[in-house]
Amino acid sequence: MDSPASPLDFSQSKINQNLTAEQKIDLFRDMARIRRFEQTSLKFYNGGKMGGFLHLYIGQESVAVGTISLCGDNDHVITAYRCHGHALAVGMEMNPCMAELYGKATGAAKGKGGSMHLFDPSRNFWGGHGIVAGQTPLGLGLAYGVKYKEQKGCCLCYLGDGAVNQGAFHESLNLAALFELPVVYIIENNGYSMGTSQQRSSAYKDCLAQRAEAYDMDWDLVNGEDVYEVRAKTHIAMERARKESKPTVLEIATYRYYGHSVADANAKKYRTPEEIEKYKTYHDPLRLWRRRLIEEAVFTDVDADNIDKEAKQEAVAAAKFADESPAPTVESIFEDVYWETDNNTEASQVGRHFFND
Amino acid sequence: MREILYRHALREAFDEELTRDENVVLMGEEVAQYNGAYKVTEGLWEKWGCKRIVDTPISEAGFIGMGIGASMLGVRPVMELMFWSFHSVAFDQLVNNAACVRYMSGGLCNVPIVMRGPANGGTGVGATHSHVPEGLFASFPGLKVCSPATPADAKGLMKSAIRDNDPVYVMENTLLYGTSGEVPDPADGDHLVPLGKADIKREGSDVSLIAHGRSVLRALEAAETLQSEHGINAEVLDLRSIRPLDQQAIIDTVMKTNRAVLVDESKPFCGVSSQITTLIQEHAFDHLDAPVKRVCTLDAPAIYSPSIEDEQLPNPRRIVEQVLTIA
Repeated sequence: MDSPASPLDFSQSKINQNLTAEQKIDLFRDMARIRRFEQTSLKFYNGGKMGGFLHLYIGQESVAVGTISLCGDNDHVITAYRCHGHALAVGMEMNPCMAELYGKATGAAKGKGGSMHLFDPSRNFWGGHGIVAGQTPLGLGLAYGVKYKEQKGCCLCYLGDGAVNQGAFHESLNLAALFELPVVYIIENNGYSMGTSQQRSSAYKDCLAQRAEAYDMDWDLVNGEDVYEVRAKTHIAMERARKESKPTVLEIATYRYYGHSVADANAKKYRTPEEIEKYKTYHDPLRLWRRRLIEEAVFTDVDADNIDKEAKQEAVAAAKFADESPAPTVESIFEDVYWETDNNTEASQVGRHFFND
Repeated sequence: MREILYRHALREAFDEELTRDENVVLMGEEVAQYNGAYKVTEGLWEKWGCKRIVDTPISEAGFIGMGIGASMLGVRPVMELMFWSFHSVAFDQLVNNAACVRYMSGGLCNVPIVMRGPANGGTGVGATHSHVPEGLFASFPGLKVCSPATPADAKGLMKSAIRDNDPVYVMENTLLYGTSGEVPDPADGDHLVPLGKADIKREGSDVSLIAHGRSVLRALEAAETLQSEHGINAEVLDLRSIRPLDQQAIIDTVMKTNRAVLVDESKPFCGVSSQITTLIQEHAFDHLDAPVKRVCTLDAPAIYSPSIEDEQLPNPRRIVEQVLTIA
């Protein structure tokens, strides 16, 4: 949501000073790719190519891209159902992501998960979870695993502002602080839990992240429209996790331009068109980052247009790939249920696992 | 062969698996410093320390979910629910995350975790602490469920559960923790009981009593009465594992005796015995000389009153009565 411009220039933070021009352009490219992926998926969702829900990330790109750009080999990412941005930011390719939305066999999860359940453990990305705040104990567990294996890393666990009132999240905060686990909870506060504003859904004093104080945890507020600020403040939290094995709650102010999902019938009723337009015009993270890089002479308008054009072409190609891909077979329904049966182990030979007749 | 208590058989299983695999971690309320609410984990914290034996706050959704997340990274948590009845406050984690993550990720994530604890009535603790959810959890593909009746099976199944690469929910029983039975000596090799393999606990020819968990012991008692007072020779089949299920053993015993009485501490509506009944009628219909009968927990929330609590459960008297209607 709306947040005052910070008097601090986060471009001068050490973590940002070290960015090369190429890395800054990569951040722009990653955000452009997410936006074009989302716009393309919206087009074909409306064209009837996909089932279920489509929770678009448009407007929030700087959060996933800025935070995940800080991840190293032992850092892990887990999020809720608005997961396309995180999936692309960790490096998943558009083709398996789009094919998953289409429910095709070539999808990241072979068409078994859909839009809310993108996964890529090879890139330390653990989903994509559909139940609000259900992923917050899992993020805790990933951090537990990192600590148990005595690795220097952390888990970035994302949730929306609507998830902060779930019991599982509060239990997770208590355990995170109690066990000193290297987890960074990132509340992506887009102002609305579906159609209910923050003011109508949460009791709070100054902000949502402040609840961390009850668990003696560090917390911070972040202006999500500034990639530099997102990186600078997230870096501090990640270093606290990696070096001190201490958790943090970050609340990153952001905004989604579309409804809770595309199926959100009241998307244009619980907030004014003017509010949405204001964000698009003055707070759009892609537009702001692009302007910033042009000011810094990192690239030109033409360069930015070319990157955007490439992203759009990639997304369109991904939709074509998805459209032309085969659907999963009926036989595949029984795959990926049990590790033991998939791997045809000795254990899987004993007793009946499936009960269809 | 040596005889040990059910709880000590479980403890031996944990101790051996903690030794075998450095990723095995025991976690739950009071499992470490308190030595376990039912002394199942007694002495393990002292031996293995805080990294391997972990006390959690009373926070089932949080710590069960934490275990699931850790298992995705290769830790092999053995999570204690002080009572399986407390599953309800962690239900999202137990059935959405543990059961479905592998599927929803197209097989990319894996959840090698054990959830364990007592699941039984009969201890005068009222309805909220007397749930028997093996049928409930067995109805979620992705989960495995077992329910050992004897110390030997408790140890063997627990070790298999810990080594299994899928989530396995082990339903123990507070009334069995103090029972004793023969368990092979560790010096004679690893004692493993595979999931999915039933066991005939008593050979018989006239009727099959098919049970799991403590109901096996009640069925064995009933079988003795049937033999001595009615001349009926009952076979007792212990399912041991609910999912995977040893369907062949069920069909075989029905084909042998042509009569089946299912003894099941679940409630009758869609309990484990409902599933067994449908399997028998589908696969052994022509071998039945009488309808399949059931002895379940009487269909109401668990009553507290110690005076009549056992009447609600499948007890030997009720089993005998039901057998006499068909044999």
